[in-house]
Amino acid sequence: MAAITQHGLARVLGQRLIQALVVSLLVATLCFVLVQQLPGDMAFRIAAGRYGYDYVDAAAADAVRQELGLAQPAWQQFAHWLQQLAHGQLGQSLVTGGAVLEEIGHHLGATLQLAAASVALALGLGLPLGLASGLRPGGWADRLTLLASVALRALPPFLLGLMLMLGLSVQLGWVPAAGHGEDGNLLLPALTLGLGLSGLTARIVRDSVLAVVQSDYYRFALTKGLSPWRAFWRHGLRNIGVTVVAYAGVQLVLLIEGVVVVESLFAWPGIGHALVHAVFWRDVPMIQGCTLLLAWLFVLLNTLTDLLCLAIDPRGPAEP
Amino acid sequence: MTYLALLPWHRRLAWLLLGLIVLLAVAGPWLWPDPARQDLMQFLASPSLAEPLGRDQLGRSVMARVASATRLSLGLAALCVLSAALLGGLLGVLSAWRGGLTDTVLRGVADGVLALPGLLIVLIFSAMAKGGFITLYLGLALAQWVEYFRMTRARSRLVLASPHVEASRLLGFGPGYIVRRHLWPELSPMLLTMASFGMATAILALSTLGYVGVGLQPPAAELGLMMTEALPHYSEAPRLVLAPVAVLALTLAALVLLRPLEVKR
Repeated sequence: MAAITQHGLARVLGQRLIQALVVSLLVATLCFVLVQQLPGDMAFRIAAGRYGYDYVDAAAADAVRQELGLAQPAWQQFAHWLQQLAHGQLGQSLVTGGAVLEEIGHHLGATLQLAAASVALALGLGLPLGLASGLRPGGWADRLTLLASVALRALPPFLLGLMLMLGLSVQLGWVPAAGHGEDGNLLLPALTLGLGLSGLTARIVRDSVLAVVQSDYYRFALTKGLSPWRAFWRHGLRNIGVTVVAYAGVQLVLLIEGVVVVESLFAWPGIGHALVHAVFWRDVPMIQGCTLLLAWLFVLLNTLTDLLCLAIDPRGPAEP
Repeated sequence: MTYLALLPWHRRLAWLLLGLIVLLAVAGPWLWPDPARQDLMQFLASPSLAEPLGRDQLGRSVMARVASATRLSLGLAALCVLSAALLGGLLGVLSAWRGGLTDTVLRGVADGVLALPGLLIVLIFSAMAKGGFITLYLGLALAQWVEYFRMTRARSRLVLASPHVEASRLLGFGPGYIVRRHLWPELSPMLLTMASFGMATAILALSTLGYVGVGLQPPAAELGLMMTEALPHYSEAPRLVLAPVAVLALTLAALVLLRPLEVKR
Protein backbone atom coordinates (compact mmCIF):
# COMPACT_ATOMS: atom_id res chain seq x y z
CA MET A 1 0.00 0.00 0.00
CA ALA A 2 2.70 2.42 1.04
CA ALA A 3 4.78 1.55 -2.03
CA ILE A 4 1.86 2.28 -4.32
CA THR A 5 1.31 5.62 -2.68
CA GLN A 6 4.97 6.56 -2.97
CA HIS A 7 5.06 5.49 -6.58
CA GLY A 8 1.97 7.57 -7.28
CA LEU A 9 3.46 10.50 -5.42
CA ALA A 10 6.68 10.36 -7.40
CA ARG A 11 4.78 10.14 -10.68
CA VAL A 12 2.57 13.12 -9.89
CA LEU A 13 5.45 15.29 -8.71
CA GLY A 14 7.66 14.28 -11.64
CA GLN A 15 4.97 15.04 -14.23
CA ARG A 16 4.19 18.40 -12.73
CA LEU A 17 7.85 19.33 -12.39
CA ILE A 18 8.40 18.68 -16.09
CA GLN A 19 5.29 20.72 -16.83
CA ALA A 20 6.62 23.62 -14.75
CA LEU A 21 9.92 23.49 -16.64
CA VAL A 22 8.26 23.38 -20.06
CA VAL A 23 5.99 26.27 -19.18
CA SER A 24 8.93 28.33 -17.91
CA LEU A 25 10.80 27.79 -21.15
CA LEU A 26 7.65 28.63 -23.09
CA VAL A 27 7.12 31.89 -21.22
CA ALA A 28 10.78 32.85 -21.54
CA THR A 29 10.71 32.19 -25.29
CA LEU A 30 7.46 34.09 -25.79
CA CYS A 31 8.82 37.04 -23.83
CA PHE A 32 12.01 36.94 -25.87
CA VAL A 33 10.01 36.98 -29.10
CA LEU A 34 8.00 39.79 -27.53
CA VAL A 35 11.13 41.90 -27.07
CA GLN A 36 12.14 41.30 -30.67
CA GLN A 37 8.71 42.13 -32.03
CA LEU A 38 8.23 45.40 -30.20
CA PRO A 39 7.40 48.10 -32.70
CA GLY A 40 9.09 51.42 -32.33
CA ASP A 41 12.09 52.19 -30.18
CA MET A 42 11.78 50.43 -26.86
CA ALA A 43 14.23 52.83 -25.22
CA PHE A 44 11.90 55.75 -25.96
CA ARG A 45 8.91 53.98 -24.50
CA ILE A 46 10.73 53.03 -21.33
CA ALA A 47 12.08 56.53 -20.94
CA ALA A 48 8.53 57.84 -21.34
CA GLY A 49 7.34 55.44 -18.68
CA ARG A 50 10.01 56.62 -16.30
CA TYR A 51 10.12 60.35 -16.83
CA GLY A 52 6.74 61.12 -18.38
CA TYR A 53 5.97 61.77 -22.04
CA ASP A 54 6.88 65.46 -21.94
CA TYR A 55 10.43 64.88 -20.73
CA VAL A 56 11.65 62.35 -23.27
CA ASP A 57 14.39 63.28 -25.72
CA ALA A 58 17.04 61.34 -27.65
CA ALA A 59 19.56 61.71 -24.83
CA ALA A 60 17.22 60.19 -22.27
CA ALA A 61 16.41 57.31 -24.64
CA ASP A 62 20.14 56.72 -25.28
CA ALA A 63 20.82 56.64 -21.57
CA VAL A 64 18.11 54.02 -21.13
CA ARG A 65 19.50 52.00 -24.06
CA GLN A 66 22.98 51.98 -22.57
CA GLU A 67 21.76 51.13 -19.11
CA LEU A 68 19.62 48.18 -20.14
CA GLY A 69 21.91 46.83 -22.86
CA LEU A 70 19.21 47.14 -25.50
CA ALA A 71 21.81 47.58 -28.25
CA GLN A 72 23.25 44.05 -27.88
CA PRO A 73 22.47 41.38 -30.49
CA ALA A 74 19.28 39.49 -29.80
CA TRP A 75 20.79 36.09 -29.06
CA GLN A 76 23.11 37.55 -26.44
CA GLN A 77 20.19 39.14 -24.69
CA PHE A 78 18.28 35.85 -24.78
CA ALA A 79 21.20 33.81 -23.45
CA HIS A 80 21.66 36.36 -20.69
CA TRP A 81 17.96 36.18 -20.00
CA LEU A 82 17.81 32.40 -19.72
CA GLN A 83 20.92 32.40 -17.56
CA GLN A 84 19.33 34.86 -15.19
CA LEU A 85 16.14 32.86 -15.13
CA ALA A 86 18.03 29.65 -14.36
CA HIS A 87 19.60 31.44 -11.41
CA GLY A 88 16.19 32.46 -10.21
CA GLN A 89 16.76 36.11 -11.02
CA LEU A 90 13.83 37.69 -12.76
CA GLY A 91 15.65 40.91 -13.56
CA GLN A 92 14.53 44.44 -12.93
CA SER A 93 11.42 46.25 -13.93
CA LEU A 94 12.12 48.45 -16.92
CA VAL A 95 9.78 51.12 -15.64
CA THR A 96 10.43 51.44 -11.92
CA GLY A 97 13.94 49.98 -11.93
CA GLY A 98 13.09 47.85 -8.90
CA ALA A 99 13.78 44.12 -8.77
CA VAL A 100 10.90 42.18 -10.34
CA LEU A 101 11.01 39.65 -7.53
CA GLU A 102 10.42 42.33 -4.92
CA GLU A 103 7.67 44.00 -6.90
CA ILE A 104 5.90 40.67 -7.34
CA GLY A 105 6.32 39.75 -3.69
CA HIS A 106 4.69 43.06 -2.91
CA HIS A 107 1.67 42.13 -5.07
CA LEU A 108 1.42 38.46 -4.18
CA GLY A 109 -0.28 38.98 -0.81
CA ALA A 110 -3.16 40.92 -2.33
CA THR A 111 -3.69 38.28 -5.01
CA LEU A 112 -3.70 35.42 -2.52
CA GLN A 113 -6.14 37.32 -0.30
CA LEU A 114 -8.52 37.84 -3.21
CA ALA A 115 -8.18 34.24 -4.43
CA ALA A 116 -8.76 32.80 -0.97
CA ALA A 117 -11.83 34.96 -0.37
CA SER A 118 -13.30 34.02 -3.77
CA VAL A 119 -12.65 30.31 -3.40
CA ALA A 120 -14.17 30.37 0.10
CA LEU A 121 -17.23 32.13 -1.29
CA ALA A 122 -17.48 29.74 -4.24
CA LEU A 123 -17.25 26.68 -2.00
CA GLY A 124 -19.60 28.13 0.60
CA LEU A 125 -22.23 28.75 -2.08
CA GLY A 126 -21.45 25.96 -4.51
CA LEU A 127 -21.07 22.94 -2.24
CA PRO A 128 -24.43 23.10 -0.42
CA LEU A 129 -26.30 24.08 -3.57
CA GLY A 130 -24.62 21.35 -5.57
CA LEU A 131 -25.36 18.76 -2.90
CA ALA A 132 -29.00 19.81 -2.74
CA SER A 133 -29.25 19.66 -6.56
CA GLY A 134 -27.61 16.25 -6.80
CA LEU A 135 -29.68 14.66 -4.07
CA ARG A 136 -32.93 16.00 -5.55
CA PRO A 137 -32.43 16.19 -9.32
CA GLY A 138 -35.14 18.29 -10.90
CA GLY A 139 -35.87 20.04 -7.61
CA TRP A 140 -35.76 23.78 -7.00
CA ALA A 141 -32.06 23.83 -6.16
CA ASP A 142 -31.25 21.94 -9.36
CA ARG A 143 -33.20 24.34 -11.52
CA LEU A 144 -31.74 27.33 -9.72
CA THR A 145 -28.14 26.19 -10.17
CA LEU A 146 -28.70 25.25 -13.81
CA LEU A 147 -30.15 28.67 -14.54
CA ALA A 148 -27.41 30.38 -12.54
CA SER A 149 -24.62 28.46 -14.24
CA VAL A 150 -25.94 29.27 -17.71
CA ALA A 151 -26.42 32.93 -16.77
CA LEU A 152 -22.98 33.15 -15.21
CA ARG A 153 -21.33 31.66 -18.26
CA ALA A 154 -23.02 34.30 -20.39
CA LEU A 155 -21.87 36.90 -17.88
CA PRO A 156 -18.09 36.69 -17.80
CA PRO A 157 -16.15 38.09 -14.81
CA PHE A 158 -15.65 41.54 -16.16
CA LEU A 159 -19.31 41.98 -17.12
CA LEU A 160 -20.46 40.60 -13.78
CA GLY A 161 -18.03 42.91 -12.03
CA LEU A 162 -19.16 45.87 -14.09
CA MET A 163 -22.80 45.17 -13.26
CA LEU A 164 -22.10 44.68 -9.57
CA MET A 165 -20.10 47.87 -9.58
CA LEU A 166 -22.84 49.85 -11.31
CA GLY A 167 -25.57 48.30 -9.17
CA LEU A 168 -24.15 48.05 -5.67
CA SER A 169 -21.76 50.92 -5.71
CA VAL A 170 -22.83 53.54 -8.24
CA GLN A 171 -26.62 53.22 -7.88
CA LEU A 172 -26.94 52.13 -4.26
CA GLY A 173 -23.67 53.41 -2.84
CA TRP A 174 -23.29 50.49 -0.45
CA VAL A 175 -19.66 49.61 -1.10
CA PRO A 176 -16.66 51.42 -2.55
CA ALA A 177 -16.33 50.78 -6.29
CA ALA A 178 -12.59 50.16 -6.38
CA GLY A 179 -9.42 50.46 -4.39
CA HIS A 180 -7.59 48.67 -1.65
CA GLY A 181 -6.89 49.07 2.03
CA GLU A 182 -10.28 50.17 3.34
CA ASP A 183 -13.00 47.99 4.75
CA GLY A 184 -15.35 46.65 2.14
CA ASN A 185 -12.89 46.99 -0.71
CA LEU A 186 -12.48 43.25 -0.90
CA LEU A 187 -16.20 42.67 -1.13
CA LEU A 188 -16.87 43.52 -4.77
CA PRO A 189 -13.86 41.75 -6.32
CA ALA A 190 -14.35 38.65 -4.18
CA LEU A 191 -18.07 38.61 -4.90
CA THR A 192 -17.46 38.91 -8.65
CA LEU A 193 -14.93 36.10 -8.79
CA GLY A 194 -16.65 33.93 -6.18
CA LEU A 195 -20.07 34.12 -7.83
CA GLY A 196 -18.61 33.20 -11.19
CA LEU A 197 -16.85 30.17 -9.73
CA SER A 198 -19.75 29.08 -7.54
CA GLY A 199 -22.08 28.41 -10.48
CA LEU A 200 -19.62 25.98 -11.97
CA THR A 201 -18.75 24.40 -8.62
CA ALA A 202 -22.39 23.74 -7.91
CA ARG A 203 -22.84 21.98 -11.27
CA ILE A 204 -19.72 19.84 -10.83
CA VAL A 205 -20.81 18.80 -7.32
CA ARG A 206 -24.31 18.13 -8.59
CA ASP A 207 -23.14 15.86 -11.40
CA SER A 208 -20.80 13.82 -9.23
CA VAL A 209 -23.36 13.49 -6.42
CA LEU A 210 -25.93 12.31 -8.94
CA ALA A 211 -23.54 9.79 -10.50
CA VAL A 212 -22.77 8.29 -7.09
CA VAL A 213 -26.32 8.26 -5.79
CA GLN A 214 -27.52 6.48 -8.94
CA SER A 215 -24.71 3.92 -8.87
CA ASP A 216 -25.29 0.25 -8.07
CA TYR A 217 -23.08 0.14 -5.01
CA TYR A 218 -24.86 3.08 -3.45
CA ARG A 219 -28.30 1.59 -4.05
CA PHE A 220 -27.08 -1.70 -2.63
CA ALA A 221 -25.84 0.09 0.49
CA LEU A 222 -29.32 1.55 0.95
CA THR A 223 -31.00 -1.79 0.16
CA LYS A 224 -28.98 -3.68 2.72
CA GLY A 225 -30.42 -1.34 5.34
CA LEU A 226 -27.91 1.43 5.93
CA SER A 227 -29.50 4.70 6.94
CA PRO A 228 -29.29 7.36 4.20
CA TRP A 229 -26.87 9.39 6.29
CA ARG A 230 -24.61 6.40 6.94
CA ALA A 231 -24.67 5.33 3.30
CA PHE A 232 -23.72 8.84 2.26
CA TRP A 233 -20.94 9.02 4.84
CA ARG A 234 -19.42 5.59 4.14
CA HIS A 235 -20.05 5.13 0.43
CA GLY A 236 -20.87 8.51 -1.02
CA LEU A 237 -18.52 11.13 0.31
CA ARG A 238 -15.17 9.74 -0.86
CA ASN A 239 -16.42 8.84 -4.32
CA ILE A 240 -17.99 12.25 -4.74
CA GLY A 241 -14.87 13.90 -3.39
CA VAL A 242 -12.47 12.44 -5.91
CA THR A 243 -14.56 13.53 -8.92
CA VAL A 244 -15.18 16.99 -7.53
CA VAL A 245 -11.53 17.60 -6.69
CA ALA A 246 -10.29 16.26 -10.03
CA TYR A 247 -12.73 18.34 -12.02
CA ALA A 248 -12.20 21.43 -9.87
CA GLY A 249 -8.50 21.19 -10.71
CA VAL A 250 -9.30 21.60 -14.40
CA GLN A 251 -11.38 24.68 -13.64
CA LEU A 252 -8.60 26.38 -11.67
CA VAL A 253 -7.69 28.08 -14.91
CA LEU A 254 -10.82 30.19 -14.42
CA LEU A 255 -9.51 31.32 -11.06
CA ILE A 256 -6.15 32.43 -12.48
CA GLU A 257 -7.71 34.20 -15.46
CA GLY A 258 -10.40 35.66 -13.23
CA VAL A 259 -7.81 37.08 -10.87
CA VAL A 260 -6.19 38.95 -13.76
CA VAL A 261 -9.47 40.40 -15.01
CA VAL A 262 -11.07 41.20 -11.68
CA GLU A 263 -7.96 42.81 -10.24
CA SER A 264 -7.65 45.17 -13.19
CA LEU A 265 -11.34 45.93 -13.04
CA PHE A 266 -11.37 46.90 -9.37
CA ALA A 267 -7.83 48.34 -9.17
CA TRP A 268 -6.89 45.60 -6.70
CA PRO A 269 -3.09 45.80 -6.38
CA GLY A 270 -2.31 42.14 -7.10
CA ILE A 271 -0.25 40.30 -9.67
CA GLY A 272 -2.91 40.39 -12.37
CA HIS A 273 -3.16 44.15 -12.04
CA ALA A 274 0.62 44.41 -12.22
CA LEU A 275 0.64 42.18 -15.30
CA VAL A 276 -1.89 44.28 -17.18
CA HIS A 277 0.06 47.42 -16.34
CA ALA A 278 3.28 45.76 -17.44
CA VAL A 279 1.64 44.84 -20.76
CA PHE A 280 0.51 48.41 -21.09
CA TRP A 281 4.04 49.74 -20.59
CA ARG A 282 5.71 46.81 -22.38
CA ASP A 283 7.75 46.16 -19.25
CA VAL A 284 9.00 42.77 -20.45
CA PRO A 285 10.83 41.52 -17.32
CA MET A 286 7.76 42.35 -15.30
CA ILE A 287 5.46 40.62 -17.84
CA GLN A 288 7.71 37.58 -17.71
CA GLY A 289 7.84 37.58 -13.91
CA CYS A 290 4.10 37.94 -13.44
CA THR A 291 3.26 35.35 -16.10
CA LEU A 292 5.77 32.88 -14.69
CA LEU A 293 4.46 33.35 -11.19
CA LEU A 294 0.83 32.90 -12.24
CA ALA A 295 1.75 29.84 -14.33
CA TRP A 296 3.72 28.32 -11.46
CA LEU A 297 0.86 29.06 -9.11
CA PHE A 298 -1.42 27.23 -11.54
CA VAL A 299 0.92 24.22 -11.73
CA LEU A 300 1.29 24.23 -7.95
CA LEU A 301 -2.48 24.27 -7.44
CA ASN A 302 -2.81 21.45 -9.96
CA THR A 303 -0.17 19.46 -8.12
CA LEU A 304 -2.04 19.94 -4.86
CA THR A 305 -5.22 18.81 -6.62
CA ASP A 306 -3.48 15.67 -7.87
CA LEU A 307 -2.12 14.91 -4.43
CA LEU A 308 -5.51 15.48 -2.85
CA CYS A 309 -7.06 13.07 -5.38
CA LEU A 310 -4.37 10.55 -4.54
CA ALA A 311 -5.07 10.96 -0.84
CA ILE A 312 -8.79 10.42 -1.34
CA ASP A 313 -8.33 7.52 -3.74
CA PRO A 314 -4.87 5.91 -3.30
CA ARG A 315 -5.39 3.75 -6.41
CA GLY A 316 -4.70 6.81 -8.51
CA PRO A 317 -6.48 7.76 -11.73
CA ALA A 318 -7.88 4.85 -13.71
CA GLU A 319 -6.03 5.70 -16.94
CA PRO A 320 -2.85 7.70 -17.26
CA MET B 1 -32.95 13.42 -18.66
CA THR B 2 -35.16 15.91 -16.90
CA TYR B 3 -34.25 18.73 -19.21
CA LEU B 4 -34.61 16.78 -22.41
CA ALA B 5 -38.06 18.29 -22.81
CA LEU B 6 -36.47 21.73 -22.62
CA LEU B 7 -33.77 21.06 -25.20
CA PRO B 8 -35.55 22.14 -28.36
CA TRP B 9 -36.78 25.24 -26.64
CA HIS B 10 -33.44 26.64 -25.55
CA ARG B 11 -31.74 25.50 -28.74
CA ARG B 12 -34.32 27.37 -30.78
CA LEU B 13 -33.85 30.50 -28.67
CA ALA B 14 -30.08 30.22 -29.10
CA TRP B 15 -30.32 29.95 -32.89
CA LEU B 16 -32.74 32.89 -33.00
CA LEU B 17 -30.42 35.05 -30.91
CA LEU B 18 -27.40 34.02 -32.93
CA GLY B 19 -29.27 34.78 -36.14
CA LEU B 20 -30.13 38.27 -34.91
CA ILE B 21 -26.55 38.93 -33.86
CA VAL B 22 -25.15 37.71 -37.17
CA LEU B 23 -27.72 39.90 -38.91
CA LEU B 24 -26.49 42.87 -36.87
CA ALA B 25 -22.91 42.03 -37.79
CA VAL B 26 -23.66 41.59 -41.50
CA ALA B 27 -26.33 44.19 -42.20
CA GLY B 28 -25.51 46.71 -39.47
CA PRO B 29 -22.34 48.21 -40.95
CA TRP B 30 -24.17 48.45 -44.27
CA LEU B 31 -27.07 50.47 -42.82
CA TRP B 32 -24.93 52.59 -40.48
CA PRO B 33 -21.70 52.77 -42.44
CA ASP B 34 -19.08 54.79 -40.58
CA PRO B 35 -18.34 53.97 -36.92
CA ALA B 36 -15.61 56.61 -36.67
CA ARG B 37 -17.39 59.68 -38.10
CA GLN B 38 -17.69 62.30 -35.41
CA ASP B 39 -20.35 64.96 -35.20
CA LEU B 40 -19.38 66.97 -32.15
CA MET B 41 -22.47 69.21 -32.42
CA GLN B 42 -24.56 66.15 -31.57
CA PHE B 43 -22.54 64.63 -28.75
CA LEU B 44 -24.65 62.38 -26.48
CA ALA B 45 -27.69 62.98 -28.74
CA SER B 46 -30.74 61.00 -27.64
CA PRO B 47 -32.00 58.07 -29.70
CA SER B 48 -34.01 58.98 -32.78
CA LEU B 49 -35.52 57.13 -35.70
CA ALA B 50 -32.37 57.38 -37.80
CA GLU B 51 -30.08 56.64 -34.86
CA PRO B 52 -31.88 54.06 -32.70
CA LEU B 53 -29.17 54.17 -30.03
CA GLY B 54 -28.28 57.84 -30.24
CA ARG B 55 -24.77 59.20 -30.40
CA ASP B 56 -21.82 58.88 -28.05
CA GLN B 57 -19.58 61.42 -26.31
CA LEU B 58 -17.87 62.28 -29.60
CA GLY B 59 -21.09 62.36 -31.58
CA ARG B 60 -20.43 59.00 -33.25
CA SER B 61 -23.35 56.79 -34.12
CA VAL B 62 -23.64 54.17 -31.36
CA MET B 63 -25.54 51.85 -33.69
CA ALA B 64 -22.74 51.96 -36.25
CA ARG B 65 -20.16 51.31 -33.55
CA VAL B 66 -22.06 48.41 -32.00
CA ALA B 67 -22.63 46.83 -35.42
CA SER B 68 -19.02 47.21 -36.47
CA ALA B 69 -17.81 45.88 -33.10
CA THR B 70 -20.08 42.85 -33.42
CA ARG B 71 -18.76 42.15 -36.89
CA LEU B 72 -15.20 42.44 -35.60
CA SER B 73 -15.81 40.14 -32.64
CA LEU B 74 -17.59 37.46 -34.63
CA GLY B 75 -15.09 37.62 -37.47
CA LEU B 76 -12.04 37.40 -35.26
CA ALA B 77 -13.56 34.65 -33.13
CA ALA B 78 -14.51 32.58 -36.18
CA LEU B 79 -11.04 33.01 -37.63
CA CYS B 80 -9.40 31.98 -34.35
CA VAL B 81 -11.61 28.94 -33.91
CA LEU B 82 -11.04 27.81 -37.49
CA SER B 83 -7.28 28.12 -37.22
CA ALA B 84 -7.12 26.55 -33.77
CA ALA B 85 -9.35 23.64 -34.78
CA LEU B 86 -7.37 23.07 -37.97
CA LEU B 87 -3.98 23.19 -36.25
CA GLY B 88 -5.05 21.26 -33.15
CA GLY B 89 -7.01 18.70 -35.15
CA LEU B 90 -4.22 18.00 -37.62
CA LEU B 91 -1.58 17.73 -34.92
CA GLY B 92 -3.89 15.55 -32.85
CA VAL B 93 -4.44 13.10 -35.70
CA LEU B 94 -0.73 13.18 -36.52
CA SER B 95 0.16 12.49 -32.90
CA ALA B 96 -2.26 9.58 -32.66
CA TRP B 97 -1.18 8.21 -36.04
CA ARG B 98 2.59 8.39 -35.63
CA GLY B 99 2.88 7.74 -31.88
CA GLY B 100 6.43 7.42 -30.58
CA LEU B 101 8.64 10.49 -30.52
CA THR B 102 6.19 12.71 -32.41
CA ASP B 103 3.56 11.94 -29.84
CA THR B 104 5.86 12.52 -26.87
CA VAL B 105 7.14 15.87 -28.15
CA LEU B 106 3.71 17.17 -29.13
CA ARG B 107 2.25 16.10 -25.80
CA GLY B 108 5.07 17.83 -23.95
CA VAL B 109 4.42 21.07 -25.79
CA ALA B 110 0.68 20.74 -25.24
CA ASP B 111 1.17 20.15 -21.53
CA GLY B 112 3.32 23.24 -21.31
CA VAL B 113 0.80 25.42 -23.14
CA LEU B 114 -1.96 23.96 -21.01
CA ALA B 115 -0.14 25.03 -17.85
CA LEU B 116 -0.32 28.59 -19.11
CA PRO B 117 -3.84 29.96 -18.72
CA GLY B 118 -5.09 31.12 -22.12
CA LEU B 119 -5.59 34.72 -21.11
CA LEU B 120 -1.91 34.99 -20.14
CA ILE B 121 -0.82 33.83 -23.59
CA VAL B 122 -3.14 36.36 -25.19
CA LEU B 123 -1.83 39.08 -22.87
CA ILE B 124 1.78 38.38 -23.84
CA PHE B 125 0.82 38.50 -27.49
CA SER B 126 -1.18 41.66 -27.07
CA ALA B 127 1.93 43.30 -25.66
CA MET B 128 3.75 42.54 -28.90
CA ALA B 129 1.78 44.98 -30.96
CA LYS B 130 -0.70 46.85 -28.95
CA GLY B 131 -3.90 47.21 -30.89
CA GLY B 132 -2.65 44.83 -33.55
CA PHE B 133 -5.36 42.65 -35.03
CA ILE B 134 -2.92 40.00 -36.27
CA THR B 135 -1.11 39.50 -32.97
CA LEU B 136 -4.38 39.25 -31.07
CA TYR B 137 -5.53 36.66 -33.56
CA LEU B 138 -2.29 34.70 -33.25
CA GLY B 139 -2.43 34.82 -29.47
CA LEU B 140 -6.05 33.65 -29.30
CA ALA B 141 -5.50 30.85 -31.80
CA LEU B 142 -2.32 29.65 -30.06
CA ALA B 143 -4.08 29.67 -26.70
CA GLN B 144 -6.88 27.50 -28.06
CA TRP B 145 -5.29 24.85 -30.27
CA VAL B 146 -4.30 22.65 -27.32
CA GLU B 147 -7.90 21.79 -26.49
CA TYR B 148 -8.52 20.54 -30.02
CA PHE B 149 -5.21 18.71 -30.01
CA ARG B 150 -5.96 16.81 -26.80
CA MET B 151 -9.50 15.85 -27.71
CA THR B 152 -8.63 14.88 -31.28
CA ARG B 153 -5.64 12.86 -30.14
CA ALA B 154 -7.56 10.97 -27.47
CA ARG B 155 -10.47 10.16 -29.79
CA SER B 156 -8.29 9.35 -32.81
CA ARG B 157 -6.22 6.86 -30.81
CA LEU B 158 -9.35 4.92 -29.96
CA VAL B 159 -10.63 4.99 -33.51
CA LEU B 160 -7.29 4.11 -35.08
CA ALA B 161 -6.91 1.11 -32.79
CA SER B 162 -10.39 -0.17 -33.62
CA PRO B 163 -11.10 -3.31 -35.71
CA HIS B 164 -12.85 -1.22 -38.39
CA VAL B 165 -9.70 0.69 -39.19
CA GLU B 166 -7.64 -2.47 -39.07
CA ALA B 167 -10.02 -4.05 -41.55
CA SER B 168 -9.75 -1.02 -43.84
CA ARG B 169 -5.98 -1.15 -43.68
CA LEU B 170 -5.92 -4.86 -44.45
CA LEU B 171 -8.15 -4.20 -47.44
CA GLY B 172 -5.51 -1.80 -48.66
CA PHE B 173 -7.17 1.55 -48.17
CA GLY B 174 -4.79 4.47 -47.72
CA PRO B 175 -4.58 7.15 -45.01
CA GLY B 176 -6.86 9.53 -46.95
CA TYR B 177 -9.69 7.02 -46.94
CA ILE B 178 -9.25 6.19 -43.26
CA VAL B 179 -9.30 9.86 -42.28
CA ARG B 180 -12.35 10.57 -44.45
CA ARG B 181 -14.42 7.49 -43.63
CA HIS B 182 -13.36 6.58 -40.10
CA LEU B 183 -11.89 9.61 -38.34
CA TRP B 184 -13.91 12.54 -39.66
CA PRO B 185 -17.39 11.16 -38.85
CA GLU B 186 -16.16 10.35 -35.34
CA LEU B 187 -14.46 13.70 -34.75
CA SER B 188 -16.73 16.24 -36.43
CA PRO B 189 -19.58 16.39 -33.86
CA MET B 190 -17.08 16.86 -31.05
CA LEU B 191 -15.21 19.56 -32.98
CA LEU B 192 -18.44 21.46 -33.64
CA THR B 193 -19.35 21.47 -29.95
CA MET B 194 -15.89 22.63 -29.04
CA ALA B 195 -16.06 25.33 -31.69
CA SER B 196 -19.11 26.98 -30.14
CA PHE B 197 -17.31 27.04 -26.82
CA GLY B 198 -14.16 28.36 -28.47
CA MET B 199 -16.11 31.17 -30.17
CA ALA B 200 -17.41 32.29 -26.78
CA THR B 201 -13.92 32.16 -25.27
CA ALA B 202 -12.42 34.19 -28.12
CA ILE B 203 -15.16 36.83 -28.09
CA LEU B 204 -14.81 37.11 -24.35
CA ALA B 205 -11.02 37.39 -24.41
CA LEU B 206 -11.16 40.08 -27.09
CA SER B 207 -13.61 42.22 -25.15
CA THR B 208 -11.82 41.63 -21.85
CA LEU B 209 -8.56 42.86 -23.32
CA GLY B 210 -10.34 45.85 -24.83
CA TYR B 211 -11.95 46.60 -21.51
CA VAL B 212 -8.73 46.61 -19.50
CA GLY B 213 -7.08 48.70 -22.17
CA VAL B 214 -4.50 46.35 -23.66
CA GLY B 215 -6.51 44.98 -26.60
CA LEU B 216 -7.52 46.89 -29.68
CA GLN B 217 -6.96 50.60 -29.27
CA PRO B 218 -9.23 53.57 -29.95
CA PRO B 219 -10.67 54.57 -32.37
CA ALA B 220 -11.45 50.91 -33.15
CA ALA B 221 -15.04 50.02 -32.38
CA GLU B 222 -14.77 47.03 -30.05
CA LEU B 223 -17.27 45.93 -27.43
CA GLY B 224 -15.02 45.99 -24.35
CA LEU B 225 -13.33 49.19 -25.40
CA MET B 226 -16.71 50.88 -25.96
CA MET B 227 -17.72 50.07 -22.39
CA THR B 228 -14.56 51.59 -20.96
CA GLU B 229 -14.89 54.69 -23.11
CA ALA B 230 -18.53 55.21 -22.19
CA LEU B 231 -18.19 54.56 -18.46
CA PRO B 232 -17.44 58.20 -17.50
CA HIS B 233 -20.70 59.18 -19.22
CA TYR B 234 -22.74 56.53 -17.48
CA SER B 235 -24.86 58.95 -15.48
CA GLU B 236 -25.85 61.02 -18.55
CA ALA B 237 -26.28 58.21 -21.05
CA PRO B 238 -26.29 54.71 -19.55
CA ARG B 239 -27.25 53.29 -22.96
CA LEU B 240 -23.69 53.89 -24.16
CA VAL B 241 -22.50 51.26 -21.68
CA LEU B 242 -25.56 49.06 -21.79
CA ALA B 243 -25.65 48.59 -25.59
CA PRO B 244 -22.28 46.80 -25.87
CA VAL B 245 -22.95 44.96 -22.59
CA ALA B 246 -26.24 43.66 -23.97
CA VAL B 247 -24.74 42.57 -27.30
CA LEU B 248 -21.87 40.77 -25.57
CA ALA B 249 -24.08 39.05 -23.00
CA LEU B 250 -26.60 37.94 -25.63
CA THR B 251 -23.88 36.61 -27.94
CA LEU B 252 -22.31 34.61 -25.13
CA ALA B 253 -25.69 33.39 -23.93
CA ALA B 254 -26.57 32.20 -27.44
CA LEU B 255 -23.29 30.31 -27.74
CA VAL B 256 -23.72 28.75 -24.30
CA LEU B 257 -27.31 27.70 -25.00
CA LEU B 258 -26.31 26.06 -28.28
CA ARG B 259 -24.62 23.30 -26.35
CA PRO B 260 -26.45 20.64 -24.37
CA LEU B 261 -27.28 22.06 -20.96
CA GLU B 262 -26.41 18.92 -19.02
CA VAL B 263 -22.74 18.51 -18.23
CA LYS B 264 -22.05 14.96 -19.32
CA ARG B 265 -19.80 13.19 -16.86
